Amino acid sequence: MTDKNTVVIIGAGHNGLSCAAYLAKAGRKVMVLEANEQVGGMAVTREFAPGFRVSPVAHLLNMLDQNISNELKLDAHGLKMARKDMGTIALAESGRHLRFSGDQVIGEGVSGEDRQAMVEYHRFMKRFAAVIGGLHNRVPPRIRTSNTDDILGLAKTAWSIRRLGTADMREFLRITGINIYDVLKENFEHPMIQGALSLDGVLGSFLGPRSNNSVFCALHRWSGGGGIGQAVGGMGAVSQAIANAAGSHGAEIRTSSRVSQILVANGRAEGVELDTGEKIMAATVISNADPKTTFFKLLGARHIEAGLVRKIHNFRQGGNASKLHLALAGIPEFTGLDKDQAGDRLVIAPDIEYVERAFNHAKYGEYSAEPVAEITIPSLNDDSLAPDGRHVLSVVVQYTPYQLKAGWPGSKQVFVDKCIDLIARYAPGIREQVLHAELLTPVDIEREFHVSGGHWHHGELALDQFLMMRPVPGMAQYHTPVDGLYLCGAGSHPGGGVMGSAGRNAARALLAGGQRRST
Amino acid sequence: MKKYDAIIIGAGHNGLTNAAYLAKAGLKTLVVEKNDYIGGATVSLNLHEDWIYSNCSYVCSLLRPEVYRSLNLAKYGLQVVPYAGSVTMAENGDYIGHYIDHDVSRREMQRHSLRDADAAVRFDRDIMRQCRYIRKFLLRTAPDPASFRPRDIMEMVYMAKEVLKLTEDVVYDMLRFYTMSISDFLDEYFENPLIKASKAGSGIIGSAMGVMSPGTAYVLLHHKMGDVDGSMGAWGFARGGMGAIAKAMNDCFEEHGGELVTGSGVDRIIVKNGRTVGVALDNGNDYYADVVVSNMTFPRTFLECMDAGDLEPGFLKKVRNFKIRGSSGKINIALDGLPQFTALKDNPELSGGDMHLIDSVERLERAYDDWKNGTWSKDPYVDMLIPTMTDPTMAPPGKHFMSVFVQYVPPKVNGGDWTDELRDQFGETVLTQIEKYAPGFRELIRHVEIRTPRELEDEVGLTSGNIFQGELTMDQLLFNRPIPGYAQYRGPLKGLYMCGSSNHPGGGVMAAPGANAAREILRDLRKPNNVPEGWLDD
Repeated sequence: MTDKNTVVIIGAGHNGLSCAAYLAKAGRKVMVLEANEQVGGMAVTREFAPGFRVSPVAHLLNMLDQNISNELKLDAHGLKMARKDMGTIALAESGRHLRFSGDQVIGEGVSGEDRQAMVEYHRFMKRFAAVIGGLHNRVPPRIRTSNTDDILGLAKTAWSIRRLGTADMREFLRITGINIYDVLKENFEHPMIQGALSLDGVLGSFLGPRSNNSVFCALHRWSGGGGIGQAVGGMGAVSQAIANAAGSHGAEIRTSSRVSQILVANGRAEGVELDTGEKIMAATVISNADPKTTFFKLLGARHIEAGLVRKIHNFRQGGNASKLHLALAGIPEFTGLDKDQAGDRLVIAPDIEYVERAFNHAKYGEYSAEPVAEITIPSLNDDSLAPDGRHVLSVVVQYTPYQLKAGWPGSKQVFVDKCIDLIARYAPGIREQVLHAELLTPVDIEREFHVSGGHWHHGELALDQFLMMRPVPGMAQYHTPVDGLYLCGAGSHPGGGVMGSAGRNAARALLAGGQRRST
Repeated sequence: MKKYDAIIIGAGHNGLTNAAYLAKAGLKTLVVEKNDYIGGATVSLNLHEDWIYSNCSYVCSLLRPEVYRSLNLAKYGLQVVPYAGSVTMAENGDYIGHYIDHDVSRREMQRHSLRDADAAVRFDRDIMRQCRYIRKFLLRTAPDPASFRPRDIMEMVYMAKEVLKLTEDVVYDMLRFYTMSISDFLDEYFENPLIKASKAGSGIIGSAMGVMSPGTAYVLLHHKMGDVDGSMGAWGFARGGMGAIAKAMNDCFEEHGGELVTGSGVDRIIVKNGRTVGVALDNGNDYYADVVVSNMTFPRTFLECMDAGDLEPGFLKKVRNFKIRGSSGKINIALDGLPQFTALKDNPELSGGDMHLIDSVERLERAYDDWKNGTWSKDPYVDMLIPTMTDPTMAPPGKHFMSVFVQYVPPKVNGGDWTDELRDQFGETVLTQIEKYAPGFRELIRHVEIRTPRELEDEVGLTSGNIFQGELTMDQLLFNRPIPGYAQYRGPLKGLYMCGSSNHPGGGVMAAPGANAAREILRDLRKPNNVPEGWLDD
């Protein structure tokens, strides 16, 4: 008989680790199994050229759940910030950049109206994002239950909207479901403001600024509350801190241990098997892997009912964002940009139509002819990431669909050159500084981090894949129809971004026991 | 000076519906219409010899049966005849037909994909469930969620209670239906590109979105929630053209003592002491009434017919931000005979309803990209019908009338206004497109009327040529339509009401906004309600 207290977690991504930490803290015997050599999943720091290290997927920390950093004492476990409250700079080829910081925007050609509009935009986006953020730390309620927690949860959400006051509530209900193109056009005149702010709504997703749902994505991104920051040692340091916390409570973490299947007997998960053939039995199995990997590769579709299989199959999780890493011989010189500003978040999205045009290609399975980019030079804020005097350029580039019609193998180098050309338009000397370039397309992300579709968030962040519908209706409360099997990854509510909330919520759902649903 | 109880601006089908209910309730009611004819976009016009054109809206399904019955429109001659079939044709000569006989339709689908034929059963069922929920709210006033008035709270509770009558899965489906793109939604059911394309069009008709944009799945619902003679989702032809609907409504209105003045538009709505008291027409005549009801679009009412000084700047800003972008065109054609579609050689019955020329979702999306770039689609999506196959009264014997609805057509071309030359070029694009599928088609043409958003705005008054009087996106549906806080048919000034499709539940020849507005007016006047509320039993 397996010890009722034993838990095995598949994947040491930051959510798997936070789930492990909370369960271990509550006295469970937790073992985390990670396929890769280091913990962190997509939240890692790794070398991409000799002496150059980078956070290969997420590179900015803006959403980490404050509850987690407090409750798990991440500071004490080694998490230090290299930079907090980074500003955003909208790059212009001419060098006449705009700088966004808090509710201020400064730069040439920014009208008084736009400055005022920015203050107002910042105000209402923050408030609305707080409503969305208020949902993050909760097990999503189910509709049509007599469960008091569920009813209370729904009432709480309704109240958080009502509490915005009449004017803001109306505006919240008006814009949350629509597209950021219309909202930005209503508020701002300056094309660069529209372009730069539109990125909040489309980064990491299969959306253009004109696609409805992009306001929701922007709100989700804003829901972190604090500013944008960068941890010392990169994203891997965040995961390591959570791992340390988990370890301090007694969780065991095994790396280079790839789970090949979830063992099921009599309709109940009873452990996992590694690709070495080793079996690890446990009363509870929690998967930090994405839903398709969990159900189709590890569990096997035969263990779940056909309607649910169809729903999981329909979960949209094709990635669109790629990461470009450049090892540079020196500090890149962006036209018109002061050295002390280069450590900010730099974006290439000169106007909102440019972003929409970039998206057009993705709809037809092509990469953008002129991509949009979010650039950071993490080595400026943290010299541990590159050899002395040298630097790392870390760039999110979009759009690069997972299912590229032409296929990635033949297209990758062409696209890398295209990206470097694009950046060189803003930083003319950069090509000569490049010592090494690495591009991680969604296909590479899928392979390296074992995420079907290579999507950062394990799946599109959309209103139809959020809250009680993430990953699919009936499994949003972290339980699955297979007894003893739980989900804790970004494929569950509240989704991606380095938050850790999905792991924390899953731990709470498990500890609460609660009613579970068989679909 | 003649004084009325109520004046309705615009004799569109909603204006006439509104007027008919008010007249029936005993109010002395006047309808003013700028055109010489009634109907607005629900019209039959004789534009060429003995042909009758439904030159704007062209088919009927959404018209609420509750309105049809309570105004007794059948008595006034309205007859709706269902389609005999419909078809979507591919460029390669293949097609997917929809037949009246369910089994034949199923076999046709199986010809393309066995799996999709099964999926279609689930698809139709899921849509039906959603429509059955929505239609409860078509003839109801939307609650204001920001209000604490008992009436609004009760209505919110009613909506919630109706949700709870559904099973949990249907509720999740609903949330997804309102937020997904039609392309993603269809991907969940179907695999065959032609089948997907045949269903995707309903998600973008009249809308300024592409099939891949979230929110378009709802537009599909909007086109499925009507019925013909109790057959949900079915469409049909109004005998005598769409004008027959307006005519029946007007006959009802006049029989109840209503008056109609045509041929002069409204110069302005007269405001005195902060309330509306009447209308001043272009021809110099003034008419007065305590109740003024606008069937015009939301922006036209406030930006063109009222003084900015009478309205709050905050309100005006919201009016300006109202999304009402035109995206459709219309071509009306008098034909010497029936066009021979390559795909329909053996199946003439399929031309008894909608005929679409599209074979992939991607082509539809590319058509939208052209619109975004400020031009009409070079490979346009068309929804064609030959009503004379069903209703021979609309053309001389042996001749035909063809209605061609075209998506996408921008309100401005590359930022500039439409010209006659551009309009003709657009017409050429569409005729060439049809000729590809029906060689020899152009030789049959006797007369062509080409309508871009410019014509729709100038002649019918649809701002920017938007056929729904405002886009059907989440920010402009239910309690958000036209704008939050004004979704209960009352304008910002006392005495002023709105009854056009800019209001809940939106566009299509539905008559629901007109009926709902009438109910609210009677309520304010403390008159007994004679407008149906809710829905008829199945």
